Amino acid sequence: MSTENSASGGAAAANGTANNRPPHIEVRDLTMAYGAFVLMRDLNFTVRHGDVFVIMGASGCGKSTLLRHLIGLMEPTRGEILYDGVNFTAAPPQEREATLRRFGVLYQSGALWSSMTLAENIGLPLGEFTDLSPREIREIASLKLALVGLKGFEDYYPSQISGGMQKRAGLARAIALDPDILFFDEPSAGLDPVSSRLLDELILALRDSLGATVVVVSHELPSIFTIANNSVFLDAETHTMIARGDPHELLTHSTEPRVLEFLTRGEPPPNSEKAHG
Amino acid sequence: MSESGNLQPAAPAAGDTAANRHQVEVVRGEGGKVVVRVSGAWHLRHGMPLAASIESALTAGARPPQVAVDATGVTGWDSSLVSFIVGLAEICHTRQIPLNREGLPPGLDRLIELAETVPENKDAGLSDRPRPFVVKVGSSFLAYFDSVGKFVDFVGMVTLALVSFVRGRARYRRSDLVEVIQACGANALGIVSLISYLVGVILAYMGAVQLQQFGAAIYVADLVGIGMVREMGAMMTAIIMAGRTGAAFAAQLGSMKVTQEIDALSTMGISPMEFLVVPRMIALILMMPLLCLYSDFVGILGGATVGVGVLGLSLTAYWHQSMHAVTMTALVGGLVKSVVYGVLIALAGCYQGFECGKSSSAVGEAATSAVVSAIVMIVVACGMFAVLFNILNI
Ligand SMILES: Nc1ncnc2c1ncn2[C@@H]1O[C@H](COP(=O)(O)OP(=O)(O)OP(=O)(O)O)[C@@H](O)[C@H]1O
Ligand SMILES: [Mg+2]
Repeated sequence: MSTENSASGGAAAANGTANNRPPHIEVRDLTMAYGAFVLMRDLNFTVRHGDVFVIMGASGCGKSTLLRHLIGLMEPTRGEILYDGVNFTAAPPQEREATLRRFGVLYQSGALWSSMTLAENIGLPLGEFTDLSPREIREIASLKLALVGLKGFEDYYPSQISGGMQKRAGLARAIALDPDILFFDEPSAGLDPVSSRLLDELILALRDSLGATVVVVSHELPSIFTIANNSVFLDAETHTMIARGDPHELLTHSTEPRVLEFLTRGEPPPNSEKAHG
Repeated sequence: MSESGNLQPAAPAAGDTAANRHQVEVVRGEGGKVVVRVSGAWHLRHGMPLAASIESALTAGARPPQVAVDATGVTGWDSSLVSFIVGLAEICHTRQIPLNREGLPPGLDRLIELAETVPENKDAGLSDRPRPFVVKVGSSFLAYFDSVGKFVDFVGMVTLALVSFVRGRARYRRSDLVEVIQACGANALGIVSLISYLVGVILAYMGAVQLQQFGAAIYVADLVGIGMVREMGAMMTAIIMAGRTGAAFAAQLGSMKVTQEIDALSTMGISPMEFLVVPRMIALILMMPLLCLYSDFVGILGGATVGVGVLGLSLTAYWHQSMHAVTMTALVGGLVKSVVYGVLIALAGCYQGFECGKSSSAVGEAATSAVVSAIVMIVVACGMFAVLFNILNI
């Protein structure tokens, strides 16, 4: 599985510009609703292979909900989601499961299985979806834990480690199967500034080494500007997206006041005159 | 946020006497202009006046062109004043009277502005609005049918998961299965022994009072034996397991739902039905008949204690009488019942766990509903068995 991944990663790097390959993720006319309450409508965006894609927006606008749609935990009210040009929304269960197996997801709260040790948490997907022996699984689990700075915590239960460590262990589990796409819901929430910067570096390193595409929900401006090269901005007032693209470009070229306000923390951008003129 | 006043931070030293407490005055100036004069120390621990209390004074005469607030006499304030002014602003807003807040201390004005910002997505929690009675009846009726449909869905998914278990394709951990078996088997022996023994004793006493009058005390053994084996053994273990294991299942799965652990399973392509429900269901299907058999035995032992100790029967006579009374059909019938009860307990517990809301109180509610619905289903099933066994002449 990993060789396949690195192959696709290399290909992604090779044809980053040459667009002869369907986008990794494509969202078409997506409408999301809780019952009768329409949260977002007409979302349209694409994520290319190897992108670090950020979902931005004010608290409560529906970022986590969008992520839940992308990973198949919620069904779109309208519209569809395609992975590699294949419709995920309408796919039969078997195909869906195969797509799911290429995902790694880090949840807002870590979501480690509390009845298992860290090594078992990481080992579970390995045991289910590979033919590795228990010893090999243990090796891989140790490696993944070491990658996120948790070497030696193999036999701890999630309740015995801190919240930030749980988050990192959750990341180790998310990358257990060397996924093609990594989804993060607010990865740096609850981490100190240094750990959160290390996490950013780790995300970039994973993207480069695995050739993975990364989708992140984030509020952290420094982190957004460090890692992202593509984004979508959800707006709670108009219930749709009001901007998309590289956040750096949005900062200099966007004319949407709410996007600028978000990207500058509500302070007037230093070069706003230039940007508009 | 107490003591956030920009005036003197009203420590008790500032004269916390009754005379210095919060005061509100409504004054009508020239041109019908109304001034609300607040003064004194405003502190939550002294209580607070409600803005509604001056509503009538505000609107007593002609509609004033403007309402102003004069806070020059305020010696200290906290949330009580903020709340009062916000309330006043609301009253003025609904009556469309402009409110002049210039006389307020600057910090207080900021807080009020914050309090008045309307959150986005405020219509997300639609369901909390008061609704007319008919709408309520209608929607709870619909919700009921909805939940029946969901439960049927759930039963269907569990069945599919069990099928793939039987075909050896289900994904679950052996160690989980062993753990659940231990939790709902061996660990339940103590409580099952106690309750079954006592039920045996109670049955024996109930029979003894009547049967002794006819000198037929030995038939207590028949009564206890048949009663335990046909009904009470299965019933009592089921009720114990509903309270013990059904609630535990709901709480475990519910908290896994809250912490997104179930989501983590599904997005990994591992079916939560196979991984979580199947081991629990199998454990109960295996353990319930064993516990029931054990309960039958302990119950008969309880009856024997009464027979030997109180009625003066010999142990061998009691034993032979019991063996004679208890038929194989009755025994098997009881065991079949216990398996069905086990399935019902697992279904109720797991279903409530999966349907659990997203808070810690929801976990408690899920556990409670698991026990209640399991017991209801057990009793209904027991009734159906009675009819069925009667028809089949068992
Ligand atoms: N289960 C639910 N039922 C109904 N409404 C919900 C539910 N979950 C979330 N919502 C509503 O959907 C909106 C978006 O929620 P979501 O969790 O996606 O926000 P978010 O953008 O991730 O916010 P944050 O940045 O604070 O995590 C919220 O306004 C919330 O009220
Ligand atoms: Mg969120």
